This record gives sequence, C-alpha cells and structure tokens, in this order.
Amino acid sequence: MAKLDRVAGLPQRRFALPERFRAVGQTYGALAVLLLLVLYNLVFTPSFRTLAALNLNLTQVATTVIVATGMTLVIATGGIDLSVGSLMAIAGALAPMLFSRNLPLFNIPVLGTVLAWLVPIGVAGLFGLFNGMLVTTFRIQPIIATLILYVGGRGIAQVATSGNIQNFKNPAFQVIGLARPLGIPVQVILMLVIVAIAAWVMRATIFGRYVLAIGGNEPAARLAGVPVARIKRMVYVISGLLAGLAGLIVIAINSSSDANRVGLGMELDAIAAVAVGGTPLTGGRATIGGTLIGALIIQLIRSTLLSKGVPFAVAQIVIAGIILLAVYVQRQRKV
Amino acid sequence: MATIPSSTAGSATPAAPEARIGSMLQRQGALIALVVLTCIGALRYNGFISTYNIVELLRYNAMFGLIALGMTFVIMTGGIDLSVGAVAALASVIAALLSPYGATVAVGAAVGTGLLIGLFNGWVITRFNIAPFITTLAMLLGARGAALLLAKNAAVSVDTAGGYVEIGLNGVLGIPFPVIMLLVAYVLGSIVLNYTRFGRHVLAIGGNEDAARLMGLPVDRIKLGVYALSGGLAALAGAILAALTYTGIPTEGLGWELTAIAAVVVGGTLLTGGIGSVGTTFVGVLLLGLIINMLSFENLSAYWQSVIRGVFLLLVVVLQNQLSGKRKAAA
Repeated sequence: MAKLDRVAGLPQRRFALPERFRAVGQTYGALAVLLLLVLYNLVFTPSFRTLAALNLNLTQVATTVIVATGMTLVIATGGIDLSVGSLMAIAGALAPMLFSRNLPLFNIPVLGTVLAWLVPIGVAGLFGLFNGMLVTTFRIQPIIATLILYVGGRGIAQVATSGNIQNFKNPAFQVIGLARPLGIPVQVILMLVIVAIAAWVMRATIFGRYVLAIGGNEPAARLAGVPVARIKRMVYVISGLLAGLAGLIVIAINSSSDANRVGLGMELDAIAAVAVGGTPLTGGRATIGGTLIGALIIQLIRSTLLSKGVPFAVAQIVIAGIILLAVYVQRQRKV
Repeated sequence: MATIPSSTAGSATPAAPEARIGSMLQRQGALIALVVLTCIGALRYNGFISTYNIVELLRYNAMFGLIALGMTFVIMTGGIDLSVGAVAALASVIAALLSPYGATVAVGAAVGTGLLIGLFNGWVITRFNIAPFITTLAMLLGARGAALLLAKNAAVSVDTAGGYVEIGLNGVLGIPFPVIMLLVAYVLGSIVLNYTRFGRHVLAIGGNEDAARLMGLPVDRIKLGVYALSGGLAALAGAILAALTYTGIPTEGLGWELTAIAAVVVGGTLLTGGIGSVGTTFVGVLLLGLIINMLSFENLSAYWQSVIRGVFLLLVVVLQNQLSGKRKAAA
C-alpha cells in the first residue's frame, strides 16, 4: 500500500506554531466535527434530544463499529479485510441452523444459547484464520487474500441455507440484539466494551505495539524479532470473530437470517469509518477511538440529513464528500 | 526492474528449464485452464460449442469484460478503481432516461458522464494525493447516490420506441453489438498498451512511480487518463446493461468492482502494478464467465457459483504466487 502514496520529496520547512495547530486539528478534528454535529442536532432537531433517538442512532451504528474495530487492527498492520460482510453472512446463517434444529447440546436451555453464539463466532474466526494464513504463509496481498472469501464466503452461506430466509423466534438467543439492560441496547454495550478493550490493547500491550510496528515497517519489525506472521494471523482472526458477532447481532434484531443480505457492503462501511477516524490505510498508526468517532460522524450526518427531509441518495453523496475531506485533512498523519 | 513488461520478463535471463516452465505457467496458466475447461465442456455437454452458447457467453460477459479492461489499466499503474459498479449503475439510469432521444445521445451522455467521473477520480488522486482506494470508495457512494437520485429510487424503463434496445438485440453478421464492442475494446486496449507511449508510461508508473516522475514522465496526466478510461468503460457497460435489461437500474452493479478485480488477478496482472497484459484479463473474464456457464449446464444452484468462483480464485492466486516466487528465486 505504501507505494500508492507519493513519497514525500525534500523535507519541507516546518514552522512550529502552525504545525502544532495543524497537528491539533488532525488529532481532534474528527472529534470536533462530531461534537459540532451533536450540538447542531441538540439545538435544531427536537426529536434528537430524546433517549429513543440516541438509542436508535447508537443501535444502527453498533455493528459497523464492531466490525470497524477489527478492521482498524488489520489496517494498522498495513492489511485490509474485504471478507467481513461475507463472514457476517456465514455466522448469521449458521446460528439459526444450530438452535432451531433441536440438535444435542443446543437444546439445553442456557448452554445451547451460549453455544449458538460462540460456535458461529468461532467459525467466523476460523475463516479469519484462513485469511491470515493466506496473507502470511502464502504471502498473498491482503486485498486479494480476503477478496477470495468476499467472493466465496457469501456463497457458502447461501449454499448452506439454499438461499432461503430463515425466520426464527428465540428470545434467549436474541438477547444479543434486543435486550435493553438499564435502557441501553445490549449491542451498544458490546460495542463500547469492544472499543474500550481494543483501545487498551493498542495502547498498553505488547501485541498493540507489534501491530503498529508491523504496519510501520514490516522488514524492520521482523529483524527486531517481532513474530510478524503470528501477529498478522491474529488480527485477521480478531476481524473474523468481530464480524461473526456483528452478523449474530443483525439476525437477532431482524428475527430472521437472509444470507443474501446480512452484512452486504459492510466491508466498505467499516473501511470508511476507519478512514474518517484518522487511521491511514498505509498502516503503522491506528486510533480505535477515531474509528468509533468516524462511524458516529457518518451515522449522524446520514440521520441528520434524513431527518431534515434530504433524500437518502443525496445523503450518500454528502457522505462521499465527507470521507474525501476527512482523509485529505488527515493525510499528513503518517509516521 | 519491475518496469519490465510481462512479455520480456521471462526471457530477461536465461533461466533453468523448470523455471521457464513455471514462468510460462504463471503467465499463461489462465489460458491453459480456459482451454482445459472448454475441452471438458465440449465433451460433457451437448450444445456447449454451439454458436448460440458462445454468443450468449460473450454477450453476458461483455459488461464485466469492459469493466475489467479499464480496471487492468488502473491496476497496472498501481491504483485501483472501486467505483466502477456504481458508475455502471449511474450510466444505465442516464441511458434509460435519455433513451427517447435515440441511442447515440443516450450512450454518448452515459459514457461522457463515466469519463467525467473517472477524470474526477484521477484529479482527486493526483491533485490531493489521496489513496485511490479511498477516492474511488467515496465515488462508489457518490455515484450510487446520484443514480438513485436521478432514478427517483426506482428502476427506469428504457423507451422501446427510441431504438435504444436495438443495441442489445441487433448486431453485425449475427454478432450482437455488445460483443462487438467488447472485442473492439480489447483489440484497441492491447494496441494502446503495447504500441503507444501512453501504454508504456502506464507500465512505467506502476513499476516505479518515483522513477517515472524523475524521468520526466507526465505521471499525473497518465493517471487521469487511466481513471477516465476506467470510468468511460464502466459507463459503456452500464449502457449495455440498460439495453439488455430494458431498464436503468440504480441498484445494479453491487460488487462488480471486486468481480472485475478478480478477473484481472486471475488473468495474471499483479495488483502491485507495473506488470500486466490486456489479453490475459480477457482470458480471466472468459474463465470466470465459463465457470458460471458450465454450472448452468450442470443444473447446480446459482449459489454454488460464488463458492466455486472463490475456490477458483484461491487456486489461481496460490498457484501464481508459488510460481512467481520460484521465478524470482531463479532470476
């Protein structure tokens, strides 16, 4: 990916103060935009001030943030994961097949529900491992390696379900998408927990340092003794696990699983959130908080425009412009 | 070193025989697979080698072929164009809306829009130095939004009296117009890549952009050119879509960009840029199309298509990678 960017020519003269202002703008620009959006809505959109509206916005954005968190880790190593939407479809197709067929183990009340969550997520993680093996053992470019499951993964889900929509009603299982402890949607709690853990991992663990080292300069990281292959496999597994979780949340909300639709286009939503959040696609830097902010910005712009009666199509065009603008403003943020 | 075009890469150094076989397999592997599959199909299915089946195969794949051709040029410069599916959808809507004014106006406006979108992509990429992946991702959203807006969120019927649908129905000597466009585009594309300054510059930029810039090649202009080409060809594919389906469909073309990239990769063009050929992309498109064609003879559910395509992509990519690794070691 690095060669897609023009290599900077001679070092430009740097002036301390403007440079610092720009650095502040780059670091907090996305956050400032988000705050402005929230303020604007608080003042001009009466319905925004209700808890229901907050919950709605957060519910809609939760799956994107969960997937985008894994995507941030992958992108931080200099890779990309196009397969997340298909992995969501696979996990979403698998879960109803497990809990609605009265299989042994899965018909035991609590254990069955837990297994119906964990097994599909684990399967998605295994597919993530497949991606990671292609990238490390076979040294295939990430965009191609994950393109394979993007193409084939949804097909696996479609073949497994013969393309039929699986409708179900399983309150225990659907807790993952419908429960509201303390009035907060459970997927929002999951989202916040995952973001918090990932932010801590990136900031305070050796694994996080290794991820950034690989994205910054892979040969150097290898020479410095970083277990490059193992770390890379792990980020693809994490991306797969999180995609699987997102797939389960989607089907739990809908009470049905449609392998043709679950997670469709999610890879691009997630990448857009990561890019708007300020993580460069070249790797070596990552901001999990930024990804959360990026996803929220996209969500709020969309919902603000729609609530003002702007057609969905126009909202899409505006979001396209925002993505370009955000990446342009933050593009100097490289190591 | 990476600027050496594929046609000479194998013979640059006298290599051991097995390395030469490996290099030939890597470059012509897709062609070999195509021939093998065609032979299997000919032996196994009645009517596989019929004019009807061949023409239908080409007609159906004309759209993907045109998009993959533009994508080949973009990828050879080291870039990528994710907006092609959305541009095709937008073009199909424009063509359908303008179909009452005749085929020339409709196709011209559609392709013109595609060219402009491609130019805009190229301008953003070169002027603002934003990665092609992000730029064209944003354009994917933007063009899809524009298509929905123009079509008022519904499919637009083509005016059948305006002569527009003739594009899909008629042809010369029994060859439908979409197939003629496909073949002409590939012949022209091959000539442009191999015999013009533009084509050489494309490969030079993909091989080493900084070196190309220092040598004084007009890097930005060439990039504008390849993105415009990609946008224009995607729009032409959209115009064909409107003619074949009698509708402009703002929601069509989902994932076409990745299918086109898959065809380019199966053909053997490296995503890192600098190496590639137009002919092998054609083979890649035919190969992916042929797989679907054979599945329809097998009466397998349509859902197997994507699984088998995925498995196929996996085999080709792993094989190519092993072979090119060997080649590098031998050189």
